[in-house]
Amino acid sequence: MLRVEHIHTYYGLSHILFDVSLDVASGEIVCLLGRNGAGKSTTMRSIMGLTPPKTGQIEFKGASCAGLKPHLLARMGMGYVPDDRRVFADLTVGENLDISFRNYRQNGWDIDRVYTFFPALKAIDRRRAGFLSGGEQQMLSIARALMTNPEFLLLDEPTEGLAPLIVSTLEEQILRLKESGLTVLLAEQNLAVALRLSDRGYIIDNGVIRYHGMQEELKQNEEIRRKYLSV
Amino acid sequence: MDGAANITAAALLQQILVGLSRTTILFIVSSGLSLVLGVLRIPNVAHGSLYMIGAFLTYSVATLAGGGTVGFIVALTVAPLGVALISFVVERGLFCHLYEREHLMLLLFTFSIMLVFGDLVKLIWGSDYRSLTAPLFLQGSFSIQGFPFPRYNLFLLLVGPLVAAGLWFLTNKTKIGKIARAAAVDREMVGAMGINVSWVFAAVFVIGCYLAGLGGALVAPTQNITQGMDHTIIIEAFLIVIIGGLGNIWGALLGALIFGLTDAIGILIWPQFAIVFPYAAVVVVLLFRPKGLLKSTW
Repeated sequence: MLRVEHIHTYYGLSHILFDVSLDVASGEIVCLLGRNGAGKSTTMRSIMGLTPPKTGQIEFKGASCAGLKPHLLARMGMGYVPDDRRVFADLTVGENLDISFRNYRQNGWDIDRVYTFFPALKAIDRRRAGFLSGGEQQMLSIARALMTNPEFLLLDEPTEGLAPLIVSTLEEQILRLKESGLTVLLAEQNLAVALRLSDRGYIIDNGVIRYHGMQEELKQNEEIRRKYLSV
Repeated sequence: MDGAANITAAALLQQILVGLSRTTILFIVSSGLSLVLGVLRIPNVAHGSLYMIGAFLTYSVATLAGGGTVGFIVALTVAPLGVALISFVVERGLFCHLYEREHLMLLLFTFSIMLVFGDLVKLIWGSDYRSLTAPLFLQGSFSIQGFPFPRYNLFLLLVGPLVAAGLWFLTNKTKIGKIARAAAVDREMVGAMGINVSWVFAAVFVIGCYLAGLGGALVAPTQNITQGMDHTIIIEAFLIVIIGGLGNIWGALLGALIFGLTDAIGILIWPQFAIVFPYAAVVVVLLFRPKGLLKSTW
Protein backbone atom coordinates (compact mmCIF):
# COMPACT_ATOMS: atom_id res chain seq x y z
CA MET A 1 0.00 0.00 0.00
CA LEU A 2 2.64 2.51 1.09
CA ARG A 3 6.40 2.46 0.67
CA VAL A 4 8.55 5.28 2.00
CA GLU A 5 12.18 5.12 0.89
CA HIS A 6 15.04 7.18 2.29
CA ILE A 7 13.21 10.45 2.73
CA HIS A 8 14.86 13.58 4.13
CA THR A 9 12.50 16.33 5.26
CA TYR A 10 13.25 19.88 6.34
CA TYR A 11 11.32 22.70 7.99
CA GLY A 12 12.99 25.63 6.36
CA LEU A 13 16.66 25.06 7.06
CA SER A 14 16.31 22.60 9.91
CA HIS A 15 16.74 19.00 8.93
CA ILE A 16 14.01 16.95 10.66
CA LEU A 17 13.86 13.51 9.05
CA PHE A 18 17.00 11.58 8.20
CA ASP A 19 16.76 8.77 5.70
CA VAL A 20 13.39 7.52 6.92
CA SER A 21 12.10 4.35 5.26
CA LEU A 22 9.03 2.35 6.13
CA ASP A 23 6.34 0.36 4.45
CA VAL A 24 2.76 -0.55 5.17
CA ALA A 25 1.03 -3.49 3.52
CA SER A 26 -2.64 -3.54 2.64
CA GLY A 27 -4.91 -4.31 5.60
CA GLU A 28 -2.28 -3.70 8.28
CA ILE A 29 -2.17 -1.32 11.20
CA VAL A 30 1.45 -0.22 11.51
CA CYS A 31 2.50 2.04 14.33
CA LEU A 32 5.17 4.67 14.37
CA LEU A 33 6.36 5.01 17.95
CA GLY A 34 8.41 7.82 19.35
CA ARG A 35 8.67 10.53 21.95
CA ASN A 36 7.45 14.07 21.51
CA GLY A 37 9.46 15.77 18.80
CA ALA A 38 10.91 12.52 17.50
CA GLY A 39 9.61 13.15 13.99
CA LYS A 40 6.32 11.21 13.96
CA SER A 41 4.14 14.09 12.82
CA THR A 42 6.72 15.22 10.29
CA THR A 43 6.74 11.72 8.82
CA MET A 44 2.94 11.82 8.57
CA ARG A 45 3.03 15.29 6.99
CA SER A 46 5.71 14.18 4.53
CA ILE A 47 3.60 11.25 3.39
CA MET A 48 0.47 13.44 3.03
CA GLY A 49 2.40 15.96 0.94
CA LEU A 50 1.95 18.76 3.47
CA THR A 51 5.69 19.01 4.13
CA PRO A 52 7.11 17.29 1.07
CA PRO A 53 10.47 15.56 1.56
CA LYS A 54 13.45 17.14 -0.12
CA THR A 55 14.87 13.83 -1.27
CA GLY A 56 13.68 10.26 -1.26
CA GLN A 57 10.80 8.31 -2.73
CA ILE A 58 7.25 7.70 -1.61
CA GLU A 59 5.10 5.14 -3.37
CA PHE A 60 1.37 4.89 -2.75
CA LYS A 61 -0.54 1.97 -4.27
CA GLY A 62 2.40 1.35 -6.56
CA ALA A 63 2.58 4.88 -7.94
CA SER A 64 5.34 7.33 -7.11
CA CYS A 65 3.76 10.21 -5.25
CA ALA A 66 6.48 12.31 -3.60
CA GLY A 67 5.80 15.94 -4.47
CA LEU A 68 2.11 15.47 -5.25
CA LYS A 69 -0.25 18.02 -3.71
CA PRO A 70 -2.25 16.87 -0.67
CA HIS A 71 -5.60 17.13 -2.46
CA LEU A 72 -4.41 14.72 -5.16
CA LEU A 73 -3.16 12.24 -2.55
CA ALA A 74 -6.51 12.52 -0.77
CA ARG A 75 -8.27 11.73 -4.03
CA MET A 76 -5.98 8.72 -4.54
CA GLY A 77 -7.29 7.36 -1.25
CA MET A 78 -5.06 8.76 1.48
CA GLY A 79 -6.86 10.05 4.57
CA TYR A 80 -5.22 12.30 7.14
CA VAL A 81 -6.08 12.82 10.82
CA PRO A 82 -3.66 15.39 12.28
CA ASP A 83 -2.46 15.19 15.87
CA ASP A 84 -4.06 18.52 16.79
CA ARG A 85 -7.38 17.44 15.15
CA ARG A 86 -7.87 20.72 13.29
CA VAL A 87 -11.59 20.42 12.75
CA PHE A 88 -13.09 23.38 10.88
CA ALA A 89 -14.09 25.26 14.03
CA ASP A 90 -16.48 27.75 12.40
CA LEU A 91 -18.49 25.03 10.69
CA THR A 92 -21.01 22.70 12.28
CA VAL A 93 -20.28 19.01 12.66
CA GLY A 94 -22.53 18.27 9.70
CA GLU A 95 -20.86 20.92 7.54
CA ASN A 96 -17.42 19.58 8.42
CA LEU A 97 -18.48 16.18 7.11
CA ASP A 98 -20.42 17.57 4.16
CA ILE A 99 -17.50 19.46 2.63
CA SER A 100 -15.16 16.50 3.16
CA PHE A 101 -17.28 14.04 1.17
CA ARG A 102 -15.32 12.65 -1.79
CA ASN A 103 -16.48 9.71 -3.78
CA TYR A 104 -13.66 8.83 -6.16
CA ARG A 105 -13.64 5.22 -4.89
CA GLN A 106 -16.91 3.77 -3.70
CA ASN A 107 -15.79 2.54 -0.30
CA GLY A 108 -19.28 3.17 0.92
CA TRP A 109 -18.58 5.97 3.38
CA ASP A 110 -21.21 8.66 3.40
CA ILE A 111 -22.79 10.78 6.09
CA ASP A 112 -25.25 8.06 7.15
CA ARG A 113 -22.57 5.41 7.57
CA VAL A 114 -20.29 7.83 9.41
CA TYR A 115 -23.12 8.71 11.81
CA THR A 116 -23.85 5.02 12.34
CA PHE A 117 -20.19 4.47 13.08
CA PHE A 118 -19.97 7.48 15.43
CA PRO A 119 -23.50 7.80 16.89
CA ALA A 120 -22.25 10.49 19.28
CA LEU A 121 -21.61 12.79 16.32
CA LYS A 122 -25.12 12.41 14.98
CA ALA A 123 -26.51 13.85 18.19
CA ILE A 124 -24.43 17.02 17.80
CA ASP A 125 -24.84 17.38 14.04
CA ARG A 126 -25.71 21.08 14.25
CA ARG A 127 -23.17 22.12 16.86
CA ARG A 128 -20.17 24.18 15.83
CA ALA A 129 -17.02 22.09 15.79
CA GLY A 130 -15.18 24.71 17.83
CA PHE A 131 -17.47 24.01 20.80
CA LEU A 132 -16.87 20.26 20.93
CA SER A 133 -14.95 18.40 23.64
CA GLY A 134 -11.55 16.93 22.85
CA GLY A 135 -12.97 13.44 22.35
CA GLU A 136 -15.74 14.70 20.10
CA GLN A 137 -13.25 16.70 18.03
CA GLN A 138 -11.09 13.62 17.66
CA MET A 139 -14.08 11.58 16.48
CA LEU A 140 -15.01 14.35 14.05
CA SER A 141 -11.47 14.54 12.74
CA ILE A 142 -11.50 10.79 12.03
CA ALA A 143 -15.06 10.92 10.67
CA ARG A 144 -14.07 13.74 8.34
CA ALA A 145 -11.17 11.70 6.99
CA LEU A 146 -13.52 8.73 6.47
CA MET A 147 -15.84 10.96 4.42
CA THR A 148 -13.07 11.20 1.82
CA ASN A 149 -13.43 7.42 1.35
CA PRO A 150 -9.81 6.54 2.04
CA GLU A 151 -8.09 3.20 1.59
CA PHE A 152 -5.20 4.24 3.77
CA LEU A 153 -5.41 6.38 6.88
CA LEU A 154 -2.66 8.44 8.50
CA LEU A 155 -3.72 8.58 12.14
CA ASP A 156 -1.55 10.95 14.16
CA GLU A 157 -1.76 10.42 17.94
CA PRO A 158 -5.52 9.92 18.11
CA THR A 159 -5.50 9.20 21.84
CA GLU A 160 -3.43 12.18 22.92
CA GLY A 161 -5.03 14.14 25.74
CA LEU A 162 -8.18 12.00 25.94
CA ALA A 163 -9.72 10.40 29.02
CA PRO A 164 -8.99 6.64 29.42
CA LEU A 165 -12.62 5.68 28.83
CA ILE A 166 -12.72 7.59 25.54
CA VAL A 167 -9.37 6.11 24.54
CA SER A 168 -10.71 2.57 24.82
CA THR A 169 -13.82 3.43 22.79
CA LEU A 170 -11.60 4.96 20.15
CA GLU A 171 -9.37 1.87 20.13
CA GLU A 172 -12.38 -0.33 19.44
CA GLN A 173 -13.44 1.93 16.60
CA ILE A 174 -9.97 1.88 15.06
CA LEU A 175 -9.99 -1.93 15.15
CA ARG A 176 -13.41 -1.94 13.51
CA LEU A 177 -12.01 0.28 10.76
CA LYS A 178 -9.25 -2.26 10.23
CA GLU A 179 -11.85 -5.04 9.94
CA SER A 180 -13.65 -3.00 7.30
CA GLY A 181 -10.49 -3.20 5.20
CA LEU A 182 -8.81 0.10 6.00
CA THR A 183 -5.01 0.24 6.18
CA VAL A 184 -3.62 2.48 8.92
CA LEU A 185 -0.32 4.11 9.80
CA LEU A 186 -0.67 5.10 13.44
CA ALA A 187 1.70 7.53 15.12
CA GLU A 188 1.72 7.02 18.89
CA GLN A 189 3.78 7.74 21.93
CA ASN A 190 1.53 5.66 24.14
CA LEU A 191 3.16 2.22 23.90
CA ALA A 192 0.23 0.37 25.45
CA VAL A 193 -2.21 1.74 22.87
CA ALA A 194 0.17 1.07 20.01
CA LEU A 195 0.76 -2.53 21.09
CA ARG A 196 -2.95 -3.22 21.43
CA LEU A 197 -3.78 -1.88 17.99
CA SER A 198 -0.93 -2.63 15.65
CA ASP A 199 0.54 -5.58 13.82
CA ARG A 200 4.01 -4.12 13.38
CA GLY A 201 5.88 -1.10 14.60
CA TYR A 202 8.67 1.29 13.84
CA ILE A 203 10.46 3.32 16.47
CA ILE A 204 11.59 6.78 15.48
CA ASP A 205 13.92 8.97 17.50
CA ASN A 206 15.54 12.29 16.53
CA GLY A 207 14.27 11.90 12.99
CA VAL A 208 15.84 8.47 12.47
CA ILE A 209 14.12 5.07 12.37
CA ARG A 210 15.86 3.09 15.15
CA TYR A 211 13.99 -0.16 15.20
CA HIS A 212 11.49 -2.15 13.25
CA GLY A 213 9.70 -5.24 14.44
CA MET A 214 6.54 -7.23 14.97
CA GLN A 215 4.22 -6.45 17.82
CA GLU A 216 5.52 -9.35 20.00
CA GLU A 217 9.12 -8.35 19.51
CA LEU A 218 8.35 -4.81 20.59
CA LYS A 219 6.52 -6.11 23.62
CA GLN A 220 9.46 -8.20 24.73
CA ASN A 221 12.39 -5.98 23.86
CA GLU A 222 12.82 -4.14 27.14
CA GLU A 223 16.05 -2.42 26.12
CA ILE A 224 14.66 -0.80 22.98
CA ARG A 225 11.70 0.49 24.91
CA ARG A 226 13.86 1.97 27.63
CA LYS A 227 16.22 3.58 25.19
CA TYR A 228 13.77 5.25 22.81
CA LEU A 229 10.39 5.46 24.45
CA SER A 230 10.66 6.00 28.20
CA VAL A 231 10.56 9.61 29.23
CA MET B 1 -22.70 75.07 14.34
CA ASP B 2 -25.81 77.22 14.68
CA GLY B 3 -27.31 75.16 11.86
CA ALA B 4 -27.64 72.32 14.33
CA ALA B 5 -30.59 73.93 16.01
CA ASN B 6 -32.55 73.86 12.77
CA ILE B 7 -32.30 70.14 12.13
CA THR B 8 -35.78 68.80 11.73
CA ALA B 9 -36.87 65.23 12.02
CA ALA B 10 -37.64 65.15 8.31
CA ALA B 11 -34.20 66.40 7.35
CA LEU B 12 -32.63 63.84 9.65
CA LEU B 13 -34.71 61.06 8.12
CA GLN B 14 -33.74 62.21 4.66
CA GLN B 15 -30.04 62.20 5.51
CA ILE B 16 -30.32 58.79 7.12
CA LEU B 17 -31.87 57.44 3.91
CA VAL B 18 -29.14 59.07 1.84
CA GLY B 19 -26.57 57.57 4.20
CA LEU B 20 -28.16 54.14 3.87
CA SER B 21 -28.01 54.26 0.09
CA ARG B 22 -24.33 55.20 0.34
CA THR B 23 -23.99 52.30 2.77
CA THR B 24 -25.28 49.94 0.08
CA ILE B 25 -22.43 50.81 -2.28
CA LEU B 26 -19.84 50.73 0.51
CA PHE B 27 -21.14 47.39 1.78
CA ILE B 28 -21.13 45.74 -1.64
CA VAL B 29 -17.58 46.86 -2.38
CA SER B 30 -16.11 46.18 1.06
CA SER B 31 -17.79 42.80 1.50
CA GLY B 32 -15.98 41.70 -1.65
CA LEU B 33 -12.72 43.05 -0.29
CA SER B 34 -13.35 41.33 3.03
CA LEU B 35 -14.13 38.02 1.36
CA VAL B 36 -10.83 38.05 -0.52
CA LEU B 37 -8.97 39.22 2.58
CA GLY B 38 -10.55 36.57 4.77
CA VAL B 39 -10.25 33.52 2.55
CA LEU B 40 -7.23 34.23 0.36
CA ARG B 41 -5.47 36.52 2.86
CA ILE B 42 -4.74 38.98 0.08
CA PRO B 43 -5.07 42.67 0.92
CA ASN B 44 -6.23 43.49 -2.60
CA VAL B 45 -5.45 47.17 -3.17
CA ALA B 46 -6.57 46.74 -6.80
CA HIS B 47 -10.13 46.11 -5.54
CA GLY B 48 -10.89 49.81 -5.96
CA SER B 49 -9.62 49.70 -9.54
CA LEU B 50 -12.09 46.93 -10.33
CA TYR B 51 -14.83 49.14 -8.89
CA MET B 52 -13.72 51.95 -11.20
CA ILE B 53 -13.55 49.59 -14.19
CA GLY B 54 -17.05 48.40 -13.27
CA ALA B 55 -18.32 51.99 -13.42
CA PHE B 56 -16.61 52.77 -16.75
CA LEU B 57 -17.77 49.47 -18.25
CA THR B 58 -21.31 50.22 -17.14
CA TYR B 59 -21.14 53.54 -18.96
CA SER B 60 -19.78 51.95 -22.15
CA VAL B 61 -22.10 48.96 -22.17
CA ALA B 62 -25.14 51.13 -21.46
CA THR B 63 -24.17 53.44 -24.32
CA LEU B 64 -23.51 50.54 -26.69
CA ALA B 65 -26.82 48.93 -25.78
CA GLY B 66 -28.60 52.10 -26.81
CA GLY B 67 -29.01 53.73 -23.42
CA GLY B 68 -32.33 54.06 -21.66
CA THR B 69 -33.81 51.45 -19.36
CA VAL B 70 -32.71 48.50 -21.48
CA GLY B 71 -29.17 49.82 -21.77
CA PHE B 72 -28.94 50.32 -18.02
CA ILE B 73 -30.24 46.87 -17.17
CA VAL B 74 -27.95 45.21 -19.70
CA ALA B 75 -24.99 47.20 -18.35
CA LEU B 76 -25.84 46.39 -14.74
CA THR B 77 -25.77 42.70 -15.68
CA VAL B 78 -22.82 42.64 -18.05
CA ALA B 79 -20.35 45.10 -16.49
CA PRO B 80 -19.85 43.26 -13.16
CA LEU B 81 -19.49 40.00 -15.10
CA GLY B 82 -16.83 41.68 -17.24
CA VAL B 83 -15.01 42.71 -14.07
CA ALA B 84 -15.31 39.14 -12.79
CA LEU B 85 -13.80 37.87 -16.04
CA ILE B 86 -10.86 40.29 -15.74
CA SER B 87 -10.28 39.18 -12.16
CA PHE B 88 -10.40 35.54 -13.21
CA VAL B 89 -7.66 36.11 -15.78
CA VAL B 90 -5.56 38.04 -13.26
CA GLU B 91 -6.03 35.37 -10.58
CA ARG B 92 -5.19 32.40 -12.82
CA GLY B 93 -2.40 34.25 -14.60
CA LEU B 94 -0.70 35.97 -11.68
CA PHE B 95 -2.12 35.68 -8.18
CA CYS B 96 -2.38 31.91 -8.02
CA HIS B 97 1.41 31.64 -8.22
CA LEU B 98 1.91 33.96 -5.26
CA TYR B 99 -0.27 32.60 -2.46
CA GLU B 100 2.70 31.27 -0.52
CA ARG B 101 4.39 34.69 -0.39
CA GLU B 102 4.21 36.94 2.65
CA HIS B 103 1.56 39.63 2.95
CA LEU B 104 3.88 42.50 2.16
CA MET B 105 4.77 41.00 -1.20
CA LEU B 106 1.10 40.45 -2.00
CA LEU B 107 0.29 44.00 -0.94
CA LEU B 108 3.01 45.41 -3.20
CA PHE B 109 1.87 43.18 -6.01
CA THR B 110 -1.76 44.25 -5.82
CA PHE B 111 -0.56 47.85 -5.58
CA SER B 112 1.27 47.43 -8.87
CA ILE B 113 -1.86 45.89 -10.40
CA MET B 114 -3.77 48.96 -9.23
CA LEU B 115 -1.31 51.23 -11.08
CA VAL B 116 -1.55 49.10 -14.22
CA PHE B 117 -5.37 49.12 -14.11
CA GLY B 118 -5.38 52.89 -13.53
CA ASP B 119 -3.30 53.45 -16.66
CA LEU B 120 -5.35 50.99 -18.68
CA VAL B 121 -8.52 52.88 -17.79
CA LYS B 122 -6.80 56.10 -18.88
CA LEU B 123 -5.79 54.46 -22.17
CA ILE B 124 -9.24 53.11 -22.92
CA TRP B 125 -11.56 55.83 -21.64
CA GLY B 126 -9.24 58.85 -21.63
CA SER B 127 -8.92 61.21 -18.70
CA ASP B 128 -12.32 62.93 -19.12
CA TYR B 129 -15.04 62.06 -16.73
CA ARG B 130 -18.18 60.30 -17.93
CA SER B 131 -21.68 60.50 -16.62
CA LEU B 132 -24.56 58.12 -16.97
CA THR B 133 -28.17 58.96 -16.34
CA ALA B 134 -30.36 56.54 -14.52
CA PRO B 135 -33.16 54.94 -16.55
CA LEU B 136 -36.43 56.89 -16.64
CA PHE B 137 -38.27 54.84 -14.06
CA LEU B 138 -35.49 55.54 -11.55
CA GLN B 139 -35.18 59.26 -12.27
CA GLY B 140 -36.73 62.00 -10.21
CA SER B 141 -37.50 62.10 -6.53
CA PHE B 142 -40.06 61.27 -3.93
CA SER B 143 -41.04 63.80 -1.40
CA ILE B 144 -40.48 62.83 2.20
CA GLN B 145 -42.26 65.40 4.33
CA GLY B 146 -41.23 68.15 1.93
CA PHE B 147 -37.70 66.92 1.32
CA PRO B 148 -36.82 65.31 -2.00
CA PHE B 149 -35.44 61.78 -1.95
CA PRO B 150 -34.08 60.41 -5.26
CA ARG B 151 -35.82 57.32 -6.64
CA TYR B 152 -32.46 55.84 -7.56
CA ASN B 153 -31.45 55.89 -3.88
CA LEU B 154 -34.59 53.94 -3.05
CA PHE B 155 -33.50 51.41 -5.68
CA LEU B 156 -30.13 51.16 -3.91
CA LEU B 157 -31.91 50.60 -0.60
CA LEU B 158 -33.63 47.59 -2.16
CA VAL B 159 -30.46 46.19 -3.77
CA GLY B 160 -28.40 46.33 -0.55
CA PRO B 161 -30.44 43.80 1.44
CA LEU B 162 -30.72 41.59 -1.66
CA VAL B 163 -26.94 41.40 -1.97
CA ALA B 164 -26.60 40.79 1.77
CA ALA B 165 -29.13 37.94 1.56
CA GLY B 166 -27.32 36.52 -1.46
CA LEU B 167 -24.00 36.59 0.40
CA TRP B 168 -25.58 34.96 3.44
CA PHE B 169 -26.95 32.20 1.25
CA LEU B 170 -23.62 31.77 -0.54
CA THR B 171 -21.51 31.49 2.60
CA ASN B 172 -23.91 29.41 4.71
CA LYS B 173 -25.92 27.26 2.34
CA THR B 174 -23.71 26.45 -0.63
CA LYS B 175 -20.86 23.96 -0.68
CA ILE B 176 -18.39 26.48 -2.07
CA GLY B 177 -19.34 28.89 0.72
CA LYS B 178 -18.79 26.29 3.43
CA ILE B 179 -15.49 25.27 1.88
CA ALA B 180 -14.46 28.94 1.70
CA ARG B 181 -15.26 29.39 5.40
CA ALA B 182 -13.18 26.34 6.21
CA ALA B 183 -10.32 27.49 3.98
CA ALA B 184 -10.31 30.90 5.65
CA VAL B 185 -9.28 29.21 8.88
CA ASP B 186 -7.30 26.17 7.75
CA ARG B 187 -6.51 25.92 4.05
CA GLU B 188 -4.07 23.06 4.57
CA MET B 189 -6.72 20.75 6.04
CA VAL B 190 -9.14 21.68 3.25
CA GLY B 191 -6.49 20.42 0.84
CA ALA B 192 -6.01 17.25 2.88
CA MET B 193 -9.74 16.54 2.40
CA GLY B 194 -9.19 16.24 -1.34
CA ILE B 195 -10.35 19.74 -2.25
CA ASN B 196 -8.27 21.69 -4.75
CA VAL B 197 -7.79 24.83 -2.68
CA SER B 198 -6.39 26.71 -5.64
CA TRP B 199 -9.74 26.58 -7.45
CA VAL B 200 -11.61 27.51 -4.30
CA PHE B 201 -9.43 30.59 -4.08
CA ALA B 202 -10.07 31.40 -7.73
CA ALA B 203 -13.83 31.17 -7.19
CA VAL B 204 -13.77 33.31 -4.06
CA PHE B 205 -11.51 35.89 -5.69
CA VAL B 206 -13.82 36.15 -8.69
CA ILE B 207 -16.90 36.50 -6.46
CA GLY B 208 -15.16 39.21 -4.40
CA CYS B 209 -14.14 41.12 -7.51
CA TYR B 210 -17.61 40.71 -9.00
CA LEU B 211 -18.88 42.61 -5.97
CA ALA B 212 -16.38 45.41 -6.68
CA GLY B 213 -17.69 45.57 -10.25
CA LEU B 214 -21.30 45.52 -9.04
CA GLY B 215 -20.57 48.39 -6.66
CA GLY B 216 -19.05 50.35 -9.54
CA ALA B 217 -22.03 49.61 -11.78
CA LEU B 218 -24.53 50.69 -9.14
CA VAL B 219 -22.68 53.89 -8.31
CA ALA B 220 -22.32 54.91 -11.97
CA PRO B 221 -25.59 56.89 -12.29
CA THR B 222 -25.06 58.71 -8.99
CA GLN B 223 -21.74 60.45 -9.59
CA ASN B 224 -19.18 61.37 -12.21
CA ILE B 225 -17.28 58.34 -13.45
CA THR B 226 -13.72 59.48 -13.25
CA GLN B 227 -10.06 58.64 -12.70
CA GLY B 228 -9.30 58.59 -9.01
CA MET B 229 -12.57 57.03 -7.88
CA ASP B 230 -10.51 53.88 -7.33
CA HIS B 231 -8.37 55.57 -4.66
CA THR B 232 -11.30 57.07 -2.79
CA ILE B 233 -13.23 53.82 -2.55
CA ILE B 234 -10.27 51.60 -1.65
CA ILE B 235 -9.39 53.75 1.36
CA GLU B 236 -12.98 53.74 2.54
CA ALA B 237 -13.37 50.02 1.91
CA PHE B 238 -10.21 49.13 3.84
CA LEU B 239 -11.30 51.27 6.80
CA ILE B 240 -14.72 49.59 6.76
CA VAL B 241 -13.18 46.13 6.64
CA ILE B 242 -10.80 47.01 9.47
CA ILE B 243 -13.46 48.39 11.82
CA GLY B 244 -15.81 45.51 10.97
CA GLY B 245 -13.24 42.76 11.57
CA LEU B 246 -10.93 41.46 8.84
CA GLY B 247 -12.56 38.84 6.68
CA ASN B 248 -15.98 39.08 8.29
CA ILE B 249 -18.69 39.93 5.74
CA TRP B 250 -21.15 41.01 8.44
CA GLY B 251 -18.40 43.17 9.87
CA ALA B 252 -18.22 44.82 6.47
CA LEU B 253 -21.98 45.47 6.67
CA LEU B 254 -21.65 46.98 10.13
CA GLY B 255 -18.61 49.03 9.12
CA ALA B 256 -20.38 50.30 5.99
CA LEU B 257 -23.38 51.32 8.10
CA ILE B 258 -21.19 53.26 10.50
CA PHE B 259 -19.25 54.87 7.68
CA GLY B 260 -22.27 55.74 5.53
CA LEU B 261 -24.43 57.05 8.36
CA THR B 262 -21.79 59.17 10.09
CA ASP B 263 -20.94 60.66 6.72
CA ALA B 264 -24.55 61.56 5.97
CA ILE B 265 -25.34 62.87 9.43
CA GLY B 266 -22.08 64.82 9.48
CA ILE B 267 -23.25 66.71 6.41
CA LEU B 268 -26.35 67.71 8.30
CA ILE B 269 -24.63 68.74 11.51
CA TRP B 270 -21.51 70.44 10.28
CA PRO B 271 -21.30 70.54 6.48
CA GLN B 272 -17.83 72.13 6.24
CA PHE B 273 -16.26 69.35 8.28
CA ALA B 274 -18.56 66.51 7.22
CA ILE B 275 -15.68 64.48 5.82
CA VAL B 276 -14.16 64.23 9.30
CA PHE B 277 -17.10 62.37 10.82
CA PRO B 278 -16.66 58.88 9.34
CA TYR B 279 -12.93 58.95 10.02
CA ALA B 280 -13.55 60.07 13.60
CA ALA B 281 -15.96 57.13 13.92
CA VAL B 282 -13.24 54.80 12.68
CA VAL B 283 -10.85 56.16 15.31
CA VAL B 284 -13.42 55.71 18.06
CA VAL B 285 -14.16 52.12 17.01
CA LEU B 286 -10.48 51.23 16.85
CA LEU B 287 -9.82 52.81 20.27
CA PHE B 288 -12.31 50.45 21.86
CA ARG B 289 -12.12 47.47 19.52
CA PRO B 290 -8.65 47.45 17.92
CA LYS B 291 -9.40 44.13 16.19
CA GLY B 292 -12.69 45.32 14.74
CA LEU B 293 -16.28 44.99 15.88
CA LEU B 294 -16.96 41.42 14.81
CA LYS B 295 -14.78 38.34 14.91
CA SER B 296 -11.94 38.49 12.46
CA THR B 297 -10.84 35.39 10.56
CA TRP B 298 -7.21 36.49 10.87
